[in-house]
Amino acid sequence: MKKVFGRPESLTEVPFTYCPGCHHGIAHRLVAEVLDEFKVRENTIGVCPVGCSVFAYLFFNVDMICAAHGRAPATATGIKRVKPDSIVFTYQGDGDLASIGTAEIVHAANRGENITVIFINNAIYGMTGGQMAPTTLVGQVTQTSPYGRDPKTMGYPIKMAEMLSTLKRAAYISRVALNKPANIIKAKKSIKKAFQVQLDKKGFSMVEILSTCPTNWGLSPIEASKWLEENMIPYFPLGEFRTPEEVA
Amino acid sequence: MGEKMLMKGNEAIGEAAIRAGCRYYFGYPITPQSELTAYMAKKLLKMKDAAFVQAESEIAAINMVYGAASTGVRVMTSSSSPGISLKQEGISYITCSEIPCVVVNMQRGGPGLGDIQPAQSDYFQAVKGGGHGDYHLIVLAPSSVQELVDLTMDAFDLADKYTNPAMILGDGLLGQMMEAVEFKERPKVELPDKSGWNLTGCKGREHRYVVSFDLDPNILEKWNLNINEKYKKLKEKEVRYEAVNLENADLVIVAYGTVARIAKTTIQMAKKEGINIGLIRPITLFPFPEKIIASTAVKTKKFLTVEMSLGQMVEDVKLAVNGKAEVNFYGRAGGIIPSPEEILKEAKKYL
Ligand SMILES: Cc1ncc(C[n+]2csc(CCOP(=O)(O)OP(=O)(O)O)c2C)c(N)n1
Ligand code: SF4
Ligand SMILES: [Mg+2]
Repeated sequence: MKKVFGRPESLTEVPFTYCPGCHHGIAHRLVAEVLDEFKVRENTIGVCPVGCSVFAYLFFNVDMICAAHGRAPATATGIKRVKPDSIVFTYQGDGDLASIGTAEIVHAANRGENITVIFINNAIYGMTGGQMAPTTLVGQVTQTSPYGRDPKTMGYPIKMAEMLSTLKRAAYISRVALNKPANIIKAKKSIKKAFQVQLDKKGFSMVEILSTCPTNWGLSPIEASKWLEENMIPYFPLGEFRTPEEVA
Repeated sequence: MGEKMLMKGNEAIGEAAIRAGCRYYFGYPITPQSELTAYMAKKLLKMKDAAFVQAESEIAAINMVYGAASTGVRVMTSSSSPGISLKQEGISYITCSEIPCVVVNMQRGGPGLGDIQPAQSDYFQAVKGGGHGDYHLIVLAPSSVQELVDLTMDAFDLADKYTNPAMILGDGLLGQMMEAVEFKERPKVELPDKSGWNLTGCKGREHRYVVSFDLDPNILEKWNLNINEKYKKLKEKEVRYEAVNLENADLVIVAYGTVARIAKTTIQMAKKEGINIGLIRPITLFPFPEKIIASTAVKTKKFLTVEMSLGQMVEDVKLAVNGKAEVNFYGRAGGIIPSPEEILKEAKKYL
């Protein structure tokens, strides 16, 4: 009998430690499926961040390094410059990528580092227990915006995909969501495109993934998916912001 | 015999690194070491299987070093005091991950933005760890352009041998100075194989990872203890110093780098006046040459530590002397270089 569903080879047997309803696990699986489909597992080096996905090095069945908080694009740059024929990806949260690591992501994109960035935007700092992220929505209550995010003093949520799309050497930039099967299918296609861009040595690629954090949003998994759909997608529109055709 | 060339200190470090097999450099410009960054750009951008990246910051540079070094190649970054402060988090991660790399600090006056004159006020930062956590760098203190060359090459070997970052602790004067240097034929040294830990892609083996954390304190304690074993070994095997005129010295100066050079002139001047001054010049600042200082303390009862700081290495000298002799201190701060006369005058106070 043909096996129709199994664990991708690019994932280890270690069970995920994410909370129920958290999208980190789905994102891992999609990345692993893409690595399998391109048959690049044995030639891949992944860079995990500091954040809830700090343990991603245990989950991805590829060589991995855990970067300092926010510095994954720099660490990935170091690896890729030594091993231009390896597949190098970072996996980063929104505090990691859009706050402490803003300089690193902007400059990796601007140099056109031939790496793929998987950016998990869950509008919160998950690991540290629910503080405001640069992507936290206006009015959203977090530990450090207890009266709701006030743009007058805290600014507006940063749209990283749009911001990085202004850079000439950013070859592929998209935003996807994992809140329903149709979106998951689109997300997978987009992740595949991003890695294709790297395989073709066309430069920097990033997929921003809108994700849930039911635990720190204080919602059930189903409510969290609904909240993402109703609040995040209108502010963070899905789609492709930059494709290699525009770069050429 | 190797080739002899006239070179500026900062460029000599670059050439030495390349000859030591370093093909990857990540840095951010800062005076007084920018010539090194420029030298690496000029050379590495034209080489195959090599990379030079002007990083967006020193923070990015050291994290690029982390990535590159994790693949097993020789990598270097360089900066001067404020930039070295920015690198500390990354250096701590690299040390915990037990990955070799070389970091050059051509010190300038501090604290703060300070100035761009030579100084030795980053001693504590360099030898005591610098970033968070229980760790040390292997710290080498050259005092001539020739030594910048030799110690840079040694730094790569030592870093590989102990899978620990090594630091060249120089200063702006050494970096800017022109001297004749020889690139000597070096004896081949056996270095540990990196194939047990480097990241290459997991073809033909289990996947592996480089991390600098473990949330289980029992495991993390063991990890710390293992790292500490390397420091014990370093203290046993890798201590280096230069001893000058210690026999019958009335007073022994302890100084490193630029100040040790100046102190040698002081010793000559003193000799003419019939005063016998000795010098202990630590070449490795970590591991620190405690034993020679301790054994000297039994014979010579007077020490004078001279630094371009307000008193940092003197603390280690006192620890080594352990009350057996008098330890005095003379220092200049903010980028001022003490003159040989000044040091002699100071020495005479204790004779
Ligand atoms: C230099 C530094 N500052 C702060 C922290 C603490 N810290 C750990 S994870 C994190 C935020 C993680 O949030 P995010 O990147 O959004 O990832 P998530 O957990 O939401 O997936 C912070 C602030 C740290 N580890 N290092
Ligand atoms: S805290 Fe949030 S982001 Fe972290 S695992 Fe739990 S649900 Fe996921
Ligand atoms: Mg987050």
